[in-house]
Amino acid sequence: MMNPADSTILAAIADATERALAEAEIRLPPDVLAAIEKAAAAERGTVARRELRNILENIALAGERQVPICQDTGVPVVYLTLPPDIPFTPALNDAAREGVRRATASIPLRPNVVDPLTRENTHDNTGAGMPAVHVIPGDRLMVTVLPKGAGSENASRIGMLLPSQAKDIPKFVAETMLIAGGRPCPPVFLGVGIGGTFDMAAALAKEALLLPVDTMDDYEQELCDAVNALGIGPMGLGGDTTALAVKVKRAGCHTASLPVAVNVQCWACRRATVEVPR
Amino acid sequence: MTDLATPLGDEVLALRAGDQVTLSGTIYTARDEAHMRMIEEGIPFEPKGAAVYHCGPVVQDGRLVVAGPTTSARMNALTGFLLDAGVRALIGKGGMGSEVVEQLRGRGVYLALTGGCAALAADRMSLKGVYFEDLGMAEAVWIIEADHLPLTVGIDAHGGDLFSAVHEKAKTQFHQRFNIR
Repeated sequence: MMNPADSTILAAIADATERALAEAEIRLPPDVLAAIEKAAAAERGTVARRELRNILENIALAGERQVPICQDTGVPVVYLTLPPDIPFTPALNDAAREGVRRATASIPLRPNVVDPLTRENTHDNTGAGMPAVHVIPGDRLMVTVLPKGAGSENASRIGMLLPSQAKDIPKFVAETMLIAGGRPCPPVFLGVGIGGTFDMAAALAKEALLLPVDTMDDYEQELCDAVNALGIGPMGLGGDTTALAVKVKRAGCHTASLPVAVNVQCWACRRATVEVPR
Repeated sequence: MTDLATPLGDEVLALRAGDQVTLSGTIYTARDEAHMRMIEEGIPFEPKGAAVYHCGPVVQDGRLVVAGPTTSARMNALTGFLLDAGVRALIGKGGMGSEVVEQLRGRGVYLALTGGCAALAADRMSLKGVYFEDLGMAEAVWIIEADHLPLTVGIDAHGGDLFSAVHEKAKTQFHQRFNIR
């Protein structure tokens, strides 16, 4: 077992968090880029085509100049994959925080994290309970980051549907984008959590955004079609492409409930995983 | 494609929602805090013919790192005084409320810049100066020189609003698909 005070591992986790954030903020994963390119090739609207071209040019420029893709560099959501020999201790949280602090200065990131009531900015993207650190048991020690922008996060919804309303899930998902319109910077990716409990549905919806977006099963495709039928288009200016992909994660739930959460993610579906060297 | 340059004049009145334009010349960033400060203390730049950009950039060592548009609707209730003072163009993302559509009538336009395109925007801009720096990086009024920013006319000076037209169509589609009367 690792000694919880093993400073080498903790330093390596902080370093991996910083590197994962740099990767996520500057370059989109290949499956995300492929989804945007596919949509740009298929889009029929003139305004929509130009929006998608701008997005692709922006992604290329960010890579060339080594700058963040979007000025809303988000709040850091961290997933730590821990092998059996690494115990989950508060020191691991601190290491992730240190990585976030360093990334904020080195990339640089916009300092976005504030106190929820006083709105006082901490200037380093950490705060009480922030970064959110989720632990996943696994074989290798890995840091995954998902920097989440506010425009799309604010358009996310959770509904406690009735058990008889399973057939209304496509309507709930489409309605989420009808209400959101152009605000979450469509075309979007939608993470949908179905089942579990109130909090679990939301966690599943966010985890669904970590899934590869270059494939959808029939149910995900049905949800995606329902959204795209709205014609909201890139940036709400109209077009064929409102959702690039919908990904679903499910969990068992109480026989009397049907929680459904939709986590809206703008086209910049930023995520990156770095294995921690040991 | 129409190429616009600040200071803007009556040429903006000829534009229609859905038109594609580029904009060059001096523009000023302003978000929520800057609007509130300007309402209290006055507009620090010449507002006649000006373009105001809803943006909170990342600035490092006097240089724009990234500078994409923020959600304009947050400024719905804070915009009238700018148009009254002669501002001709608002730049941002997501569109604005019906009160702003009315305030733009016969005076100016709302120009949409692709949301999230912060590197592209910074590529077409250089930083010239700042007002209200005490408001912090995201909320200060940054003076920016723009070079052919690619924009779409979202709201024109005749009440034309691409965002609300798209929203109305989406609502109809939604009601039809899910049999809502």
